[in-house]
Amino acid sequence: MNAPTEPILDIRGLRTVFRTRGGEITAVNGIDLTVGAGETVALVGESGSGKSVTSLSVMRLLTRNIGSIAAGSIHFRSKDGRSRDLAVLDEQQMRQIRGDDIGMVFQEPMSSLNPVFTIGDQISEPLRVHRNAARKSAMEAAITLLEQVGIPDARRRAGQYPHELSGGMRQRATIAMALACDPTLLIADEPTTALDVTIQAQILDLLLKLQRERGMGVLFVTHNLGVVAEIAHRVAVMYAGRIVEQGPVAEVFRNPRHPYTLGLLASMPKLGEATRLKQDGQKLAAIPGVVPSLANMPGGCAFSPRCRFAIGACQAGVPMLESVDAVHQSRCIRWQEVGQ
Amino acid sequence: MTATPFISVRDLAKHYVSRGTRLNILEGISFDIAKGEVVGLVGESGSGKTTIGRSVLRLVEPSAGSVKFDGTELTTLSSAQMRRTRPRMQYIFQDPFASLSPRMTIGEILTEGLKIQGIGTRRQRVDRARAALEQVDLPADAIHRYAHEFSGGQRQRIGIARALTLAPEFLVADEPVSALDVSIQAQVINLLRDLQQRLGLTMLFISHDLAVVEYICDRVIVLYLGRIMEIAPSADLYARPQHPYTRALLSAIPSPDPDAPRNRQILKGDIPSLANPPSGCVFRTRCPNALEACAGVAPQLRQVAPGHYKACIRDDLN
Repeated sequence: MNAPTEPILDIRGLRTVFRTRGGEITAVNGIDLTVGAGETVALVGESGSGKSVTSLSVMRLLTRNIGSIAAGSIHFRSKDGRSRDLAVLDEQQMRQIRGDDIGMVFQEPMSSLNPVFTIGDQISEPLRVHRNAARKSAMEAAITLLEQVGIPDARRRAGQYPHELSGGMRQRATIAMALACDPTLLIADEPTTALDVTIQAQILDLLLKLQRERGMGVLFVTHNLGVVAEIAHRVAVMYAGRIVEQGPVAEVFRNPRHPYTLGLLASMPKLGEATRLKQDGQKLAAIPGVVPSLANMPGGCAFSPRCRFAIGACQAGVPMLESVDAVHQSRCIRWQEVGQ
Repeated sequence: MTATPFISVRDLAKHYVSRGTRLNILEGISFDIAKGEVVGLVGESGSGKTTIGRSVLRLVEPSAGSVKFDGTELTTLSSAQMRRTRPRMQYIFQDPFASLSPRMTIGEILTEGLKIQGIGTRRQRVDRARAALEQVDLPADAIHRYAHEFSGGQRQRIGIARALTLAPEFLVADEPVSALDVSIQAQVINLLRDLQQRLGLTMLFISHDLAVVEYICDRVIVLYLGRIMEIAPSADLYARPQHPYTRALLSAIPSPDPDAPRNRQILKGDIPSLANPPSGCVFRTRCPNALEACAGVAPQLRQVAPGHYKACIRDDLN
């Protein structure tokens, strides 16, 4: 796995809030995260951890008047080498970036494709909008893209509508659309979650290949730790709106230094291990309790009510992200004892 | 297969007709479940696992075949007879949000089955509901509250409690942990295993997640496009998968272990349409080991090791 280069995405102190009837809630609470050129960074967490809100904040796709960026900066280096803070750009400037410098792939391919336009039309759209490409040449480019994402019989498929494609094919088509303008950053939010496991394997393989070929930076949002190990160089584990641990995937998964990461890894049933557990009469190591509600966050470390390492000092304040080593950080005051 | 099965399914089939096309959702499904045994049904979308679960309880009517429950043929029972049998068999649904009525209190949800069956007085029914809540580690005062007041994991516990109030002997659990977060999923898996062992329940456990199935099931049935590909005791299936589809399915699961070998075998193509299934073996269009002969007749299940069956004509794969 390559060493990270100068970041193309540099998020500092990002705080994203939502206005609700019960008052303002903070979904993302001070995130620092970078993605280097050619680097895949996975943002992993459970429901309500803030991982998707982080990616929506970067794309500036938060529902207007409900969600907004309250603090922080999101510096992004576009293809022309210019670095701009996405957090303060206006909608027109963002439109020039989305689909051109930043490609996006979402969980549900059926809802990110328009049912009344052909696949070819939709893949050529970014080229026509951002490159002023003529209809015919854009369509030819779309067919080439469909071939690159492994869709057989691409010319015929380009003339079909989304409902005529299988789930896996549709996700390949949305990837082709995201890549049409050769973005430097791809944001993929749970792109394989809705797919069957054999199709997921195909899509992960495709994303790995495309990422290597094109040297894109990828921000990959997922809840699946197995997928993280498969696709990412670095991982940031989120819990209750904060990054609680980050570092190179192999390092974090081999040597987790936050009790939440440790618990997540242990609570995942792993192939081959289950038979042994069962024979030994052992249980899966579940994390007790529930994910706290954003409207009602525990004081101090948000994970402490569920944490078997928790001590009185954990309530004192939100722990700082401490360095385990040069590339690995944990937001736990007892990280030295965790995983020992 | 077992000597005196508690559940015995033979040649179960389900067909639908959609816009003039006949869809064979299930074909020739036969298996047994012994008393107190947990059998897993795994497969991808369209494999028919949910249809099997529902057909066994006659929540959908099978098109053909036989389902015997403790010696009684269910498929020919009248609806009145079926209703009398139902308390002995219950269903746990996947989606804890859709399967609990938002307008009923948890107490009403938990006592509804008892009421329909005419079991006990009001007071006794409420006591049963409280006991069921205790079995799933929820506070007894939950009976006055509504489903929206609970998290996903808690709702799934309520769904399990509802199935338990009737003191069933047989449970069909349809993807009971798939909608839950990983940390909560482990809690519910542990709970289901505890209950199964403590109450001696017989269970059909439906899941797309082979790792979850390995943990909870004694035997596993692997389905593809409405047909059984392989049946084996859990430990044997995971250590020595025999069918090329099972092997591919196991190899497709991403492992969080950074030291795990990444020699993934990736299946080409898509799951075929049920409207136009391949001839012969339905898996052959994606099978890395397919021969010309595979297009001929659909392979029958045959025993390859004690209790281990596969529907594949090849014996030379290792």
